[in-house]
Amino acid sequence: MQPFTTHKGIVAPLDRSNVDTDAIIPKQYLKSVKRTGFGPTAFDDWRYLDPGEPGMDHSKRRKNPDFVLNKSPFDRATILLARENFGCGSSREHAVWALTDFGFRAVIAPSFADIFFNNSFKNGLLPIALKEEEVDALFGLVKDNPGAQVEIDLPKQTVTAPDGTQYHFDIDSFRKHCLIEGLDDIALTLEHREEIKSYETAQVAHTPWLFNDLRGHTGG
Amino acid sequence: MAGKTLYEKLFDAHAVRQQEDGTALLYIDRHLVHEVTSPQAFEGLRLAGRKPWRPGAMLAVPDHNVPTTNRAEGIVDPVSREQVSTLGRNCEEFGVQEFPMADLRQGIVHIIGPEEGFTLPGSTVVCGDSHTSTHGAIGALAFGIGTSEVEHVMATQTLLQKRSKTLQVRVEGDLGPGVTAKDVVLAIIGKIGTAGGTGYAIEFAGSAIESLSIEGRMSVCNMSIEAGARAGMVAVDEKTIEYFRDKPYAPTGEMFEQAAEYWRTLKSDSDAEFDKVVTLDATRIAPQVSWGTSPEMVAPVNGKVPDPGAEPDPVKAEGMRKALAYMGLEANTPITDISIDKVFIGSCTNARIEDLRAAAAVIKGGRVADNVTLAMVVPGSGLVREQAEKEGLDKIFLEAGFEWREPGCSMCLAMNADRLEPGERCASTSNRNFEGRQGQGGRTHLVSPAMAAAAGVAGHFVDVRQA
Repeated sequence: MQPFTTHKGIVAPLDRSNVDTDAIIPKQYLKSVKRTGFGPTAFDDWRYLDPGEPGMDHSKRRKNPDFVLNKSPFDRATILLARENFGCGSSREHAVWALTDFGFRAVIAPSFADIFFNNSFKNGLLPIALKEEEVDALFGLVKDNPGAQVEIDLPKQTVTAPDGTQYHFDIDSFRKHCLIEGLDDIALTLEHREEIKSYETAQVAHTPWLFNDLRGHTGG
Repeated sequence: MAGKTLYEKLFDAHAVRQQEDGTALLYIDRHLVHEVTSPQAFEGLRLAGRKPWRPGAMLAVPDHNVPTTNRAEGIVDPVSREQVSTLGRNCEEFGVQEFPMADLRQGIVHIIGPEEGFTLPGSTVVCGDSHTSTHGAIGALAFGIGTSEVEHVMATQTLLQKRSKTLQVRVEGDLGPGVTAKDVVLAIIGKIGTAGGTGYAIEFAGSAIESLSIEGRMSVCNMSIEAGARAGMVAVDEKTIEYFRDKPYAPTGEMFEQAAEYWRTLKSDSDAEFDKVVTLDATRIAPQVSWGTSPEMVAPVNGKVPDPGAEPDPVKAEGMRKALAYMGLEANTPITDISIDKVFIGSCTNARIEDLRAAAAVIKGGRVADNVTLAMVVPGSGLVREQAEKEGLDKIFLEAGFEWREPGCSMCLAMNADRLEPGERCASTSNRNFEGRQGQGGRTHLVSPAMAAAAGVAGHFVDVRQA
């Protein structure tokens, strides 16, 4: 996973609440068996005027000139600013892959849906929840100064706006650690292999009906 | 000390270890796998040289991409075909049991789990699919995960989880005739909002929930995620226990009785404290119809499309305006004046046998209206389809002009060939009315199976209580 420490970049204002993962990456692109290549079709229905299908050359499609990510300088944005409940709906991690593949390193919103929030951390995308009035202020700043850069400092847990205002954000300490170090959490969990095995052994005796496949031999 | 909620009991029973920061490594008993969110996880195992920790805890089925017609011909779309065959290859390589497309037991992953007795009360259930919350209806802790977490569960049989807050949603009183589990959950989402359950595990309780069948409770828990909650659940009662007698993967004989004894403990203690409690009066719930592009945008069938001008919150009012523009609706239109182009009866929310019976009961003798270009019934599994045919429901649907399809997710998310064309309006028993969900430019109205069937016959929404 790509580690995240500090990042400075252009903020794209997506002034919508309840942006769902179907909107971030429509279903037809979920047929891919890869983790990459979702960037050109991020926000497909909003970004293009013609319908898209997997395998198309998306650079040749008609872009919607009114959509924020089609406007300069937001087409080079690396931070997405949105309203409440960002990433709701489907569990598709493809939504996160689409955002990172587009070039986003962070999303700032007043609140996030739980599954999207979890998925982000697994892919080096930092979801930052700020207070509603802080998000409002950032929308105002970006509107007045398009292309102004915002700086994110994960170790210090701060967002610095173009006018110098600094906002603090909360983050779970374990997630912060994993993101800064770019850690593989499967390897971390497997350090507890013996504990998992002894849990299993106890459960085979306690709820044997859940362990038809393990009864008589040990797990792992 | 206060007693424990059902969620806390299930969580504590599965905590392998507690981390210092309050998160726990949670043991996962059942891992359901489908073709869309698993290929990258299997690939991750392969790249890291890892094997699944416990393949016997997994069950795989293709459902999102599968065609619902002419299945014997295979999948026409080469990209879909590749994804489904990738699942087959991965299951073979890693020793995971799969119900392939031609298997009678194939169906929507959340329908087949309980139907097979693969997901059981007291188990932890995950799947790379947000509607995994469905299995909470049987007193399980079940929630959707992303593909990285799918890989984590495959490799370790565990997930690192932070304890959720607890929300009890009590629905008290008797539901009126024609008011179903789907109407209950839509009314709940309408009340608490699409983010009302974010950060919470919901326990649905109260006399109206207790009176629902296990299948009805599944429809309710299924849409927990539409209220923002990853997990929704209902306490075990005798109905739950009876449901699992004679299910293929459920315990039998003496072990069943041993399991049942444990399952009976799976309820919140009477002195348990929830972080939040919301109560609804069941007698005031009417059949619901969604009018917008978020599941919280619902109205009673005898109501009207709301007016953004009357909404004091400007961000909310703007969201309503965008939704009405997308849906092609005017404020203050009576819901029963909205005519439809298509009907979809199916999905993990409403494609179990009771759903099909309810729809057929409304249709009986009627014909699909002339303005309805397609009305389709997609059973949730091969076994549901077989049961419906035994009962003659297929004939009722076919004689009325409905299409009788083969099982899969179908037009709930339109990954296969079943979809809405731009501007088409659908009465749908599925779970999401997001923009483009059922096809680019398509307009979805979420309703119960009975309401969808009645709309198909009338050509517009009707109050099923008067149909």
